[in-house]
Amino acid sequence: MKKNGLWLKIGILVVALIGLFVINLYLDSYKVKVINLCAIYVILGLSMNLINGFTGLFSLGHAGFMAIGAYTVAILTMPLEAKTMNYYMKPMVPFLLNLNLPFIFALLIGGLMAALFGFLIGAPVLKLTDDYLAIATLGFSEIIRIVFINLQSITNGSLGLKAIPQMTNEFIAGKLGLASRTNLLWAWGIAILTIIFMQFLMKGSYGKAFKAIREDEIAARSMGINLFKHKVMSFTIGSFLAGIGGGLLAVHLGTIDPALFKFALTFNILLIVVLGGMGNIYGTVISAIVITVAMEALRFLDGSMNFGFFTTPALPGLRMVVFSLALMVVVIFKRDGFIKETLEKVRGRYAKNQ
Amino acid sequence: MNLSIQEFLQHMTNGISLGSLYALIAIGYTMVYGILRLINFAHGDIFMLGTYLTFYGIIFTPIPWYIIFILAPALTGLLGLILEKLAYRPLRESPRITVLISAIGASFLLQNLGILVFGGRPKAFPTPTILETVLKIGGVSVAIVNFVIPIVTVILLIGLNYFIQKTKTGMAMRALSKDYETASLMGIDINGIISITFFIGSFLAAMGGIMWGVKYPQLMPHMGVLPGLKCFIAAVIGGIGNITGAVLGGFILGLGEILIIAFLPTLTGYRDAFAFILLIIILLFKPTGLMGEKVAEKV
Amino acid sequence: MLKINNMTMRFGGVVAVNELSMEIEKGQIVGLIGPNGAGKTTVFNVVTGVYKPTDGEVLYGEKLEKISHLPPDQIAKLGICRTFQNIRLFKELSVFDNVFIGSHLRLKSGLFSSVFRIPTYTKEEKVMIEKAEYLLHKVGLYEEREEKAFSLPYGMQRRLEIARALATSPKLLLLDEPAAGMNPQETQDLMEFIHNIKDEFDLTIFLIEHHMEVVMGICENIFVLDHGNLIAQGNPQEIQSDERVIEAYLGVE
Repeated sequence: MKKNGLWLKIGILVVALIGLFVINLYLDSYKVKVINLCAIYVILGLSMNLINGFTGLFSLGHAGFMAIGAYTVAILTMPLEAKTMNYYMKPMVPFLLNLNLPFIFALLIGGLMAALFGFLIGAPVLKLTDDYLAIATLGFSEIIRIVFINLQSITNGSLGLKAIPQMTNEFIAGKLGLASRTNLLWAWGIAILTIIFMQFLMKGSYGKAFKAIREDEIAARSMGINLFKHKVMSFTIGSFLAGIGGGLLAVHLGTIDPALFKFALTFNILLIVVLGGMGNIYGTVISAIVITVAMEALRFLDGSMNFGFFTTPALPGLRMVVFSLALMVVVIFKRDGFIKETLEKVRGRYAKNQ
Repeated sequence: MNLSIQEFLQHMTNGISLGSLYALIAIGYTMVYGILRLINFAHGDIFMLGTYLTFYGIIFTPIPWYIIFILAPALTGLLGLILEKLAYRPLRESPRITVLISAIGASFLLQNLGILVFGGRPKAFPTPTILETVLKIGGVSVAIVNFVIPIVTVILLIGLNYFIQKTKTGMAMRALSKDYETASLMGIDINGIISITFFIGSFLAAMGGIMWGVKYPQLMPHMGVLPGLKCFIAAVIGGIGNITGAVLGGFILGLGEILIIAFLPTLTGYRDAFAFILLIIILLFKPTGLMGEKVAEKV
Repeated sequence: MLKINNMTMRFGGVVAVNELSMEIEKGQIVGLIGPNGAGKTTVFNVVTGVYKPTDGEVLYGEKLEKISHLPPDQIAKLGICRTFQNIRLFKELSVFDNVFIGSHLRLKSGLFSSVFRIPTYTKEEKVMIEKAEYLLHKVGLYEEREEKAFSLPYGMQRRLEIARALATSPKLLLLDEPAAGMNPQETQDLMEFIHNIKDEFDLTIFLIEHHMEVVMGICENIFVLDHGNLIAQGNPQEIQSDERVIEAYLGVE
């Protein structure tokens, strides 16, 4: 039975990858972009859920770690010409100017840099609990951003970086005579790996220890679990994944600047995690996709609407009003997250049928 | 580095008035935290609402500005009270993090409602001309607001102190803050007290908002975010839950921010990081703040 | 096995335990009794490292080494584990996971071996699973292993806490009111159970209990606390006839 389940999963995976590959070739470039963004938010949602949902550490520092990943990837992959074009106010430090690495290495280094900072920040801050931890991590995230604004010769300051090299499927699309698009296999490949990683992590003894810490710190400690060590582990892995997500986002957008990594970005991810259900892997995946698509689909709310006989004025802000309300409604009325609850209902129904 | 005495005095008055504003806003955080153990993330946005209400009051009504300056904060106080009823009260028995998430949601909701209703473009605060006067005292030119702000702050603080120390409601508030469980068994009207707490906190934040508008006359829907965070930090520095501490923290932060830039102009770009760095230092070395009390962990 | 030397625990101005000295020998079942608020749970909290004593020390092991400066997780690793008076299970986790997590502290493999399921880890995990299943059988909760811990009735939760504590492979087991809320039959079963695990796992047991039949029935040595002071110590007969104990429990006019 167990073997069959595994093969079924591998089958789904193969079909999904082939599906992605085909979508990648034939869908228009805007839709491909949205699908790509979904994968990035899947990674980001899972990374925050590891820290906040599974380990119960309420961290609000995600945007900071994403910034580290994003800038690392941008700086390491941009060719010399792009760099000289960007750094016109203040020249870039020569050491970085000529550094150019393949995307995959740059992404890995981006993740590792974020993990390193996660470790360095986590070590002192994780002694705090609850809202103190939240505000301290938010503080660090803001400090990272402010440092990035000021380190002009490395980050180009508030001007940001433009023309970050894209990852496209030009190689295959070109051969088939099709227009090239963002290559979905990068973000989705990594998203799938992240899902698998999270499943194995949470299935193992360490993942269960994380959950134990979330449930009751005093009991966990009395059962011999070193709280600090496990919290730092979870936080560092979460930061690594946030860095990877940030790196992918940088490439996805092609342009980054420090203002992108404000608290609002962390808020989007928090929204995904809360709606998907704290401590739920598939809930987070579904919620990341639903919210990313909805964020795009509801862009019309911010613009003007034409009802034929009359046109409403543009209403900027309305879209985020909807999402903040959604967050509050979920928190106030369904504590466990909407999607998690629905998933459980569906599972319950299947269980009864069997 | 070489500051003349005039420049130094100018920076001092600036720092004191900024500190007064921080203090007024920080009180709201600290009072709410003292009773509900909740970081009212939306407090900075309440401050923003207060400023906008004043703006619209002055622009669109014939009411004289000095009456608006009382009316708008009172209205903001009501909004704060409603916010508590809708976003926090249903979660009174929930884990603290759940309420915090609701507060974060409320903060974004208010900001974006701000964009929706007030528009995203900055608005100029209609400062009454009398407050725009610049005084020259022995070579130091100081805007009159820099005197008005600390004076108004002191008056408000005296009033608050009287309320908290001498009135029955104030005493109930202190009792709730000291020991919620016991106080709730003593027949104190908890909901009423919490509503009043939110009203006062929001009223003071709006007062701070008005003076903020006079000092930095530009209104934006996001204007509450950074001052909000900083004032929460001020409350933590002073020892969260402690009103005197919040005032102290506000002044430390306001003066510190201005004076650091005055003495070390190269750090100007890091001005906003100062508060966060201070926060982390305080949290790591004295998490109870300068005037806070230690709470023992119950097993 | 365990020695407490002149231990005092103060909270602000309140003295919870005052200059307590006591010793527990290996293989004993020792009881700690006293009226409510006598400081019994505080003693447990100091022994398990949740509180650092204001004064004095706690020694443990064959060589009686000092442990009162160690954090709770290290003390647990040295072989002291406990249950809680007010039950502290991992509520949202399954009954099985609660017990499984108990043996996490003995895991040698690292985090990444667990994620990539390297054979050294899976071998260890297999042992952990078998142990958890065995313990669940032992406390009669195997059928409920998939349930969430909070959904169990009170008595079962108490047993689950003991199973979880046993999973840490303790040498000294601290039970904080294990019979609370149990009826006479359950209490009788519990006493047998305690004897049984003591023999099987070669334990020393230190327990706090209000049910006198439990204390008098299974404890070889009893310590009596009142207002933080040790007022008596001895075997059940001695304690039952001790005037100070009777005074402390009944109050004096």
